[in-house]
Amino acid sequence: MMHGLKSLFDPAHWMRSTFSHGVHPEENKHYTANKPIRRLPFPPELVIPLSQHAGAPSEMVVHPGQEVLRGQLIAKAGGFVSVPQHAPATGVIKRVELMPTSKGPRTPSVILEVYPGDSQEVRYFEPRDVNAMSAKEIAQAVQDTGLVGLGGAAFPTHVKLSPPKEHKVHTVLINGCECEPFLTTDHRIMVEQAKDLVSGTQIFMRALGAEKAIIGTEENKLDAVEAIEKVLPADGSITVKAVQTKYPQGAEKMLAKALMDIEIPSGNFPSSVGLAVFNVSSTAQLGQLLPRSQGIIERVVTITGPGVDRPGNYIVPIGTPLRFILDQLGFSGTAQHLIMGGPMMGGTVASLDVPITKGCGGVLVLTEQDMRGIQPNSYPCISCAKCLEACPMHLNPSQLGKLAYKHRYEEMAESFHLNDCFECGCCSFVCPSNIPLVQYFRIAKSSNRQAPKKAS
Amino acid sequence: MSESAANVILRTSPHFRSHNRVDTIMRNVVYALLPVCAFSVYQFGISVLALLITCTATCLLTEHFVCKLSGKPSTTNDWSVAITGLLLGLILPPGFPLWMAAVAAIFGVGIGKMFFGGLGFNIMNPALVGRAFAQAAFTVPATTWTPFMAENRFTDFIPSTLTMPFMKPVPVADWIASVSPDGWTGATPLALMKFDQISTEPVRLMLGTTAGSAGETSALLILICGLYLVARRMMDWRITFSVLLTAGATSGIFYMINPAVYPDPIFTIFSGGLMLGAVFMATDMVSSPVTPLGIWIYGALIGFITVIIRLFGGLNEGVMYAILLANACSPLISSFTQPRIYGALAKKGAA
Repeated sequence: MMHGLKSLFDPAHWMRSTFSHGVHPEENKHYTANKPIRRLPFPPELVIPLSQHAGAPSEMVVHPGQEVLRGQLIAKAGGFVSVPQHAPATGVIKRVELMPTSKGPRTPSVILEVYPGDSQEVRYFEPRDVNAMSAKEIAQAVQDTGLVGLGGAAFPTHVKLSPPKEHKVHTVLINGCECEPFLTTDHRIMVEQAKDLVSGTQIFMRALGAEKAIIGTEENKLDAVEAIEKVLPADGSITVKAVQTKYPQGAEKMLAKALMDIEIPSGNFPSSVGLAVFNVSSTAQLGQLLPRSQGIIERVVTITGPGVDRPGNYIVPIGTPLRFILDQLGFSGTAQHLIMGGPMMGGTVASLDVPITKGCGGVLVLTEQDMRGIQPNSYPCISCAKCLEACPMHLNPSQLGKLAYKHRYEEMAESFHLNDCFECGCCSFVCPSNIPLVQYFRIAKSSNRQAPKKAS
Repeated sequence: MSESAANVILRTSPHFRSHNRVDTIMRNVVYALLPVCAFSVYQFGISVLALLITCTATCLLTEHFVCKLSGKPSTTNDWSVAITGLLLGLILPPGFPLWMAAVAAIFGVGIGKMFFGGLGFNIMNPALVGRAFAQAAFTVPATTWTPFMAENRFTDFIPSTLTMPFMKPVPVADWIASVSPDGWTGATPLALMKFDQISTEPVRLMLGTTAGSAGETSALLILICGLYLVARRMMDWRITFSVLLTAGATSGIFYMINPAVYPDPIFTIFSGGLMLGAVFMATDMVSSPVTPLGIWIYGALIGFITVIIRLFGGLNEGVMYAILLANACSPLISSFTQPRIYGALAKKGAA
């Protein structure tokens, strides 16, 4: 609400491009936007799930009882759409156990006991010259880093570096929009690690043979634009551009529209229109890791919300349990609601044993008071059309919701483009009747996915 | 700390919602209607006050009892039925007998809304269903207009207001003659235009110093109240805009053909119930289409039908039927105007 008023009178705001529709949730970035990235101590025990990415789980290459060094490979990629895992700390593998994750189901996870007295120096350090590597070698090297989309989707990065042969990528888009309220991970990385970001961008451009790259961010992060502009290469191949602050500007389709005025065709990859989209945190990590041939062992996480005493942006070893983080930062006793990720798309967790994984950019701790405004009941759809005005994909959530209510899931997909919904939640956010629209669509999609299996 | 963890609530994203809720929106529409109600009471006196109270109370009670009868919790707290009640009062003639108003209210809410399943499921605007019922069942009282700004309006009821149920209506002609001795004919600006080609000054139409239904006379006040809702993003300005634009354009064409017979667009836009209909009734969320293109078509349909009925129909007022007809068409309009989704055109090109 505040955002709309401030920007209404700002000519610079209207000059900035964006996509059509979307919503303006309260940003709430003030908790952590100006807090420099700091390091959290190592917990006594790390929990490293073998499935922290889209695709097949990683396969263990170490055994319980074995001592591992920080940065050492502990599990190799389980397939093409999979990445390896590296030891986030020097210690000893205690056991492999089914542990809860933020996604819900229990997953086989490596329990690593961290040596308390160790210096925790990274032992794997073999510099290599990216400029001497071929595109294929770079893609392999990216897979070896174990990097996935750090923005939340956790899609293995190297897969995007091997687009279908008929697609020629001409522009790399680096996604620094971070449109989720509360989260400031990408923001701080752009401000503090601009150099790594640019070198990561150049690696992507090299691997894809792209001539140019655009780093896109939102106008509420202009300090990031300033920081990046200082370190851009002189040849003008990489530019940085701020677009309007709006949710879900960070969706790759919305970003392509705002930065290039290109619509990624329904059901296609960005590469079909010559684009490849990477998250800024992933890009900056790559800029650091790849030249050193190092694996990803830690990430920056925004730990924020009214329920945490010392909110901030922290470097956290992968596998750190939530319980340890909240113990370190002070966790108010009235905290009721723990969200991993942002408030628009993140999931609530029921257990404090859930570890930070590669795809987790934020932990949001809310108190009972924060949840008070949420109405428990829902009204019938009054056809107010707010959801149509909000849906960035220009779907008809009202119609989809009515069909979902009648369990007509196949009709939703066939006649009303259900599969183009990427579950941003704008429709649920604006619905005055409090109808759980996006939840309905998730159920409908998963039911449709299972339907052919049942038939066979 | 583990005890706290036991208290966590599991919900799915999005974890925050915008502040607009159905009851907030509906309550604000009621707020926006109050100045219109106040003006109509000021203009026509205590009869209108009694009419508004009767309509609103009957609508509320009808919805409450239908809910109770069907064994469901009462839905009157969503405020939507209050809007229906106030609107019905505002679109009836000021001296409309109260018992007939109550019957119209029961019909409007009972058949027009609850019969279909209540809020969100009704096809037509319940207030207009009630009004259409009144027009059909009680034709004479529903088209009998009383003078505005009568001197004794705050002390005496209009005699027809207190007619006993099912008794012969009190003849009000004598009363009308007694309060407006200057040869007032009992016609609204639209009737004057249609049957006598007498135009009313635009300023009077805008300010509302004319005869007409209780709340429809002051076009300007209605417009301002509508702007409040638009500013709060609780009303779709496109519908109002589309209705007024089409009505103006259609009447403009006829005016250009023969200015002696047909009214000018300004007269069309500001006379009769068009403004009240365009601002508060065509924009009823439930019975209007949801798709962006559909909204424009729906508005245009209302504007066009209104003018056609006014100019060529037997009635001098057409907004009510125009909106009811468009309401009936709105599901069809929605289904034929599904939005073009992001990336859809490009896909067609590729295939």
